[in-house]
Order: sequence, then structure tokens, then C-alpha cells
Amino acid sequence: MFGFCADPASLEGSRWLACYLTTPKHMAFYVSFGTVLLLLALAAPLALAFGFAGAFAKRAGFAPVRWLGTGYVAMVRGVPDIVFFLFVPIAMDQGLEWMRHKILCPEVTEPIRRGNDFVVCQAAKLPLGEAPQWVHDAYGFTLALIAYAVVFGAFAANVLDGALRAVPKGQIEAGAAIGLSPGRITRRIVLPQMWVYALPGLSNLWMILIKATPLLFLLGVEDVVYWARELGGLKTQAYDYPHPDWRAWYFAGLLVFYLFLTWISQAGFDRLIVRVSRGMPNAGAGSGAAA
Amino acid sequence: MSCSEAFQAYALRAIGIGERLLPRADITFCEQVVLIGSGMLWNLYFAVIAVAAGFCLATFLALGKASPQPWLHLPSRGFIYLFRGTPLFLQFFFAYELLVLLPREGVEIPLGLTTITAETRWLTRAWAGALLVLILNTTAYSAEIFYGALRAVPKGDIEAAASIGLAGRKRFLRIVWPTMLRLAWPSYTNEAIFLFHATALVFFASFGAWRQQGDALYYANYFAEKTFNPFIAYPIVAGYFILATLAIIALFGLANRRLNRHLAPEARPRMRLRPQLMR
Repeated sequence: MFGFCADPASLEGSRWLACYLTTPKHMAFYVSFGTVLLLLALAAPLALAFGFAGAFAKRAGFAPVRWLGTGYVAMVRGVPDIVFFLFVPIAMDQGLEWMRHKILCPEVTEPIRRGNDFVVCQAAKLPLGEAPQWVHDAYGFTLALIAYAVVFGAFAANVLDGALRAVPKGQIEAGAAIGLSPGRITRRIVLPQMWVYALPGLSNLWMILIKATPLLFLLGVEDVVYWARELGGLKTQAYDYPHPDWRAWYFAGLLVFYLFLTWISQAGFDRLIVRVSRGMPNAGAGSGAAA
Repeated sequence: MSCSEAFQAYALRAIGIGERLLPRADITFCEQVVLIGSGMLWNLYFAVIAVAAGFCLATFLALGKASPQPWLHLPSRGFIYLFRGTPLFLQFFFAYELLVLLPREGVEIPLGLTTITAETRWLTRAWAGALLVLILNTTAYSAEIFYGALRAVPKGDIEAAASIGLAGRKRFLRIVWPTMLRLAWPSYTNEAIFLFHATALVFFASFGAWRQQGDALYYANYFAEKTFNPFIAYPIVAGYFILATLAIIALFGLANRRLNRHLAPEARPRMRLRPQLMR
């Protein structure tokens, strides 16, 4: 990074630190904070979409769709979400490879599950064996993202379902009385008012989503936890920048990062609640404090 | 291996009683159910002790946060904020790394005439280290719940207590504390469920399993790796957790009934299960 970093062994004090903190590996560490923020930025809207789908499915008139929605929301209740985080990516990975195997290699007649092994032909592997590293990374990240969306979508469906129910009946009846169609009642009356009731629950979910991001590490993504362990571990004289076990410091840094993230989110939501409660004297403010 | 044989061999394997070697080949469904069930003993151990200890500590912490004295109020607030604002998963990692930094030969504590050497190695083991983190974590979350309930205790109750001459400790124990518990109980039930589910994270938190005596996820992971089939082991874990969740709800529901036994049935707050969420 800096000119004087050419010979790390000769460095002292703050110069050593400056060079140490700007090694390529540390740059990858800093980029991984971006990975966390990217996951948050993508998982939140995706989970919200899953949530809306679940909430509307739960209220659907057509019974099988209703059962599907109810089942989806009930599924993640009672089971630790960590089990889903481990299960969804593996299940999706195997499911996709199984389908590709059936389509791409119909000539292979041997079973895929051979005793304890899961074997698909080379062409069905995901990602393909010769694909560059970033494709593997992106694939792992995408699987993780879908796992987050599924789990948090079910929680969001629960919150949104409650919020949709909380919109006063009189408002919907008033809409019907002036001749609005059911679709328009939903779009023009229920959805705009629902946010006040949904926001406390959703802000709570967002906080929990933030605090769930370190689990990316368990899914094999090179996230902040991965790099903190990698960089903080004992470095012997064989390395350019030898140092004792500093993992506690790296983790302390991560804790500060997360504290900052939750603090700034809380401040943001407090302002948002004030904003969506405008013109609604009784809703929002009270329940916001309880969440 | 038949089911009864599997039960005899592995029912208490997680605490070191029974067959020493884990099943390797021809793993049967019974073996998975029994061994994962024996791992649940550890999850139970973590949850029961952490909830019990956290309950007591949280009461004091909530009082500290509600105290007008800044030297009590500020540290309590900070503690709660720190543990509620960061992921439990990272708290495990951080605590583990801190605990391994303790000198291996123990810490010398001078006591005037003699010095005693405090053993520290046991702290890096899951049964102590992970338990410590879980206790501190649930203390913070429960304290926030209790603090909210403490502020919601009706003023009239406290004034009534004062008017009949109750004060200090007696007023707290007879009036404030029972009402606080009563108000906090539905949320506190959810906290207990969260905590039980959080014990699943212990497996991932660096604290190693000793002689393959691990928790439910340790064995589920073992089976998933040995059989390349996650579709049996993880659903078994999920099933056990659902059973445990139902047991917690039943148990806390009984306590809720007792706490509210003086109220008319319609006036009793109903327990509402919220979806469990990670932290």
C-alpha cells in the first residue's frame, strides 16, 4: 500500500501498524464488511417479498393456497432457525444438482444416492468444476441469501399478517361503500395504513436480521467472521507480519461494528415510525416502544 | 443394531455413559434418534441453568436500570445495550478468544498471607464457557423485559402499599416484584424459548466437544457428514426442539396461571407464542 512497506521486517510502531492494516488480506477483510451490508440490502426486500406472499397466501380464499401460506409461517415457528440455515442451502444445492443431472445426463443410469454418497455427473455440478472462483463465491452467497429470505420471510409474513388484520374494519367497509373493488381496497386503503402497525414488528425483524448475518460464516461464505479468525490467528515468524493470537481484538472490532449497525438502525426506525404515524394519533407510537 | 440396543448403547452417550465409539457404518434411524436425543441433554443443561441464573441476575439488572443513581443506572444500561446490540454468535467467539488468552497455568490471586491459584482451563470448555455467555446474554434480554414491566407496575399499587405502611424490601417483595413478573411473564416465556433455541449455536462457537460428547447439533452434524444426507438428522433435531418448545410453553403456562390466580379468568393475560427469532 505505502512505499515504505516493501520490507515489513524493518518496520516499527505506527508504520508497522499502517502497513499491517493495509495488506491485501486486510483489504479482503474490509471488503467482507461490504458483503454483510450487501446481504442485508438484498435479504431485507427479498424477505419482505416472501413475507407479503406468505401473508396474502394465508388470507387467500382458495383453500390449498391458504394451507400453503399457513404451513409456511408455521414451519419456522418452534424450530431453531439455525437448523433451517443449515438445511435450506444443502437441500437446494442437492435439489438443483439432482434436476440438472436428470436433464443433462439422461444416459447415466446409476442412482444418484449411492449408499452414503450423492453423486451427479460432471455436467450437472453446480457451479461447474472449471468455473472461476468468483462464480463459486457468488453461488454460495446466493444460496445463503435464499436461506435468509425463506426464514425471515416467514417471520415477516407473520408480522404483515397481523398488520393487515389490524387495519380497522370500518376503513375497509367505507371503501366498499364507495364502490371500490377488493383489489383497490387492498391497494388504496389497507396497504398504506398497514405500515403503521407493521413497522414495530419489521424494525424488530431488521435488528434480528442484522444480528443473524455472522451466520454467513457457517454457510461457507468468506464473511467478516471468517476473516477475523483468519487474520487474528497466531502468525509465526514465517509470515511478513508476525504477531501473537489477536483474534479477541478482531472479534471486539466486529462487536463494535454490529453495535454501530444496530444503533444507527434504531435511530433510523425511530424517525420512520414518527413519519408513518403522521395523521394517525393512536397507532404506532405506543406499540413502537413495546417492540 | 436394533432399537433397544441402540438405546442402551447411546441414550446417555453425550454425558459419557455407554458405548464409546459412535456408529460409523450402516447407521440406522434409531441410532440417529437416540444419539441426537442424548445430545439434547446438553441443550437442556445449558437452557435450564442459563434461564435459572439469568432470571435472578436479570431482576437485579432491571432494578439497576430503573435506579435513579447514575452509578447503578449507567452500567446496567450499558450491559443490556452491549449484549442486546451484538450477535450472540459473535459473543461466543469473542468470549472464547478472551478465555483462551487467560494464562494456561492459572491465575495467581494474592490473598494477603497466601496466594491461591485459580484454574482457568475449564473456562474454555463448552459446559462452562458457553454457559457463561448464555447466562450473560439471557440476563440482558430478560432484564430489558423486566425493566419494561417494572415501569408498567401501576402507580396506584405502590401508593396503596405505602398507605398501609409497606416500604423498602417488603414493598418490593410483596407488591412490585409479583406484579412485575405477572406483567413480564408472556414476554419472558418467549425469551426462555429463544434461549433454548440459542443453545443450538453452542455447537458452532469454537468450544470443542470433549470425547465426542456434544449437543444435539453436534451429533446431527456428525450423521449428516457420515451419511451425506441432511434430510434425516436435521429434521430429527427440529422435532426434538419442537417438543422442547411445547414443554416450555406448558411449564411457563402453569406458572402464568399461578401468577394470575387472583384475577378473573377473562382478565388474565393470554400467552401468545411469537415466532422464535435469532439474536
